[in-house]
Amino acid sequence: MSVGAATRARLASPRLPGFGVSLGVTLAVVGSLVIVPLLALVVVVARAPSAHVWDVLSADRTLAAYGLSFGAAALAALLSTPLGLGIAWTLVRYELPARRLWDALVDLPFAMPTAVSGIALTQLWGPSGAFGRWLAPLGLEVAFTRAGVVLALIFVSLPFVVRTVQPVIESFPRETEEAAASLGADRLTTFRRVILPALRPALVSGATLGFARAIGEYGSVVFIAGNVPFRTEIAPLLVLVRLEEYDYAGAAAVATGMLVASAAILVILSRRGALRHG
Amino acid sequence: MADARHDGLRERPRGAGWAVAITSLCLLALLVLAPLVVVLVEAFAEGAGTFLDAITDEDTVSALGLTLLVVAIVVPFHTVFGVAAAWLLTRQDFRGKALLGTLIDLPFTVSPVVSGLLFVLLFGARGWLGPWLRDHDVRVVYAVPGVVIATLFVTLPFVVRELVPTMEAIGRDEEEAAASLGASGWQILWRVTLPRVRWALFYGCVLCGARAAGEFGAVSVVSGHVRGETSTLPLHVEILWGEYHTAAAFAVASMLAASGLVTLVLRGLLERRVRASKARSSSAAHASAALALETSISSVPSKGALS
Repeated sequence: MSVGAATRARLASPRLPGFGVSLGVTLAVVGSLVIVPLLALVVVVARAPSAHVWDVLSADRTLAAYGLSFGAAALAALLSTPLGLGIAWTLVRYELPARRLWDALVDLPFAMPTAVSGIALTQLWGPSGAFGRWLAPLGLEVAFTRAGVVLALIFVSLPFVVRTVQPVIESFPRETEEAAASLGADRLTTFRRVILPALRPALVSGATLGFARAIGEYGSVVFIAGNVPFRTEIAPLLVLVRLEEYDYAGAAAVATGMLVASAAILVILSRRGALRHG
Repeated sequence: MADARHDGLRERPRGAGWAVAITSLCLLALLVLAPLVVVLVEAFAEGAGTFLDAITDEDTVSALGLTLLVVAIVVPFHTVFGVAAAWLLTRQDFRGKALLGTLIDLPFTVSPVVSGLLFVLLFGARGWLGPWLRDHDVRVVYAVPGVVIATLFVTLPFVVRELVPTMEAIGRDEEEAAASLGASGWQILWRVTLPRVRWALFYGCVLCGARAAGEFGAVSVVSGHVRGETSTLPLHVEILWGEYHTAAAFAVASMLAASGLVTLVLRGLLERRVRASKARSSSAAHASAALALETSISSVPSKGALS
């Protein structure tokens, strides 16, 4: 490949046509769909009385919603990481009946419309649902509590972890493990000292991608969350509540807080080159 | 992600391996498979009659119509945009390319609700263009155009993200050869590029269409939930669920779940084709690299002359 590239550079390749047309179409679409709407958001926040923006952002209700969205997303990403690693490992390394079906199942949360996942999870874990009815006598409630929010966010972030780690396990050379074993390491030591360090970057990327997605998730969560202000109200829902009160500036302020967080995550990830896996 | 190369390396779990395999698969079934099963079970919980009534109900049919209309607008739009943007990002060199790529990826990381909010701020009654739109009697937010525009935003990265890695893997060599032989830009696109990326393009369109049909958060903000008018299938599911028509909600949800399953099957079929077209190109690149290497070696004076 490098020889080909070097040859190409030496031959001073012809410039391909279509720069003007493709630039025009791309800029028109990105400009009108992304740049102008984002400017509208910035201007709405900037033009609003700063006292109002500050009141909205520092309100207990807003802080509680941010705390729930970021906290539950972080917890879900943390819990998805060992589970995702286990699933990826099982899919790559073990002989399984119907392995292709299990593998396809991992993508289901990507493929299923969020509202469908939302009502299905609520039905399952609700007090009379297939799972919820076994938990109710134990005094455990999942639906309409913060535990429900975390559960729905695990559903959302799990595929990111599996799909980021899986190719790394696939390309992990067997010889390394065999070498560790031949040097007398037992399997647990091999896993802790040899395999886990090699998988760590992929695990971090996968968990971060899942976390980023979970912060803003709405459809899968809003049905199973109780939506009680201060307790089970997620940040995206609070944006909607402010909007329904015609408090455009308040909605925009809450949204800007979320956008700044997602933008920061996007920048960190693109520096790491991790987004290309997603 | 099935990869034939690894089939020979798979082993039966041993010792702790059994615990890992069984725990992982049980949790996967509990978390991911169970919701799918519950959709299908609940859809028929009150019998096939209720199911049929729910999916042939007037409001469901009109929601299906709007969903199909949105898909029919969004997918062709993003096919054109995706090809243009991928051409720009992989076949042209200019400053600010990374920034443009980030802007195209942005909708992927923005919360669906915030995506919807952006367009309410722009087109809503108290938004930037609100007064102008009112004077000209055009409704965007809480009407069909708003639903379409919000969906266009949410689905922006899908086709580009499938095309860019494939076109990068294929490389520019063939297009440059065509250009040096005097082909025009459109000829290169139709005869050289598109035939080679057609599976990636189709796959991107499938993902884009599936997301357009299933989008909930963004559409929920801009639609205003006008039953029978601005309600798409996911919004109709929400309405039925809110009215405690559980079986009907799951019946409509099962239509969406079916489209999700079709997407999964197509993903399985297409991903292999996309990967194959990338692999073919990289083996072609290896071949041309080997050829270049050979010519450079043969141009080096023979060993005898060197020593």
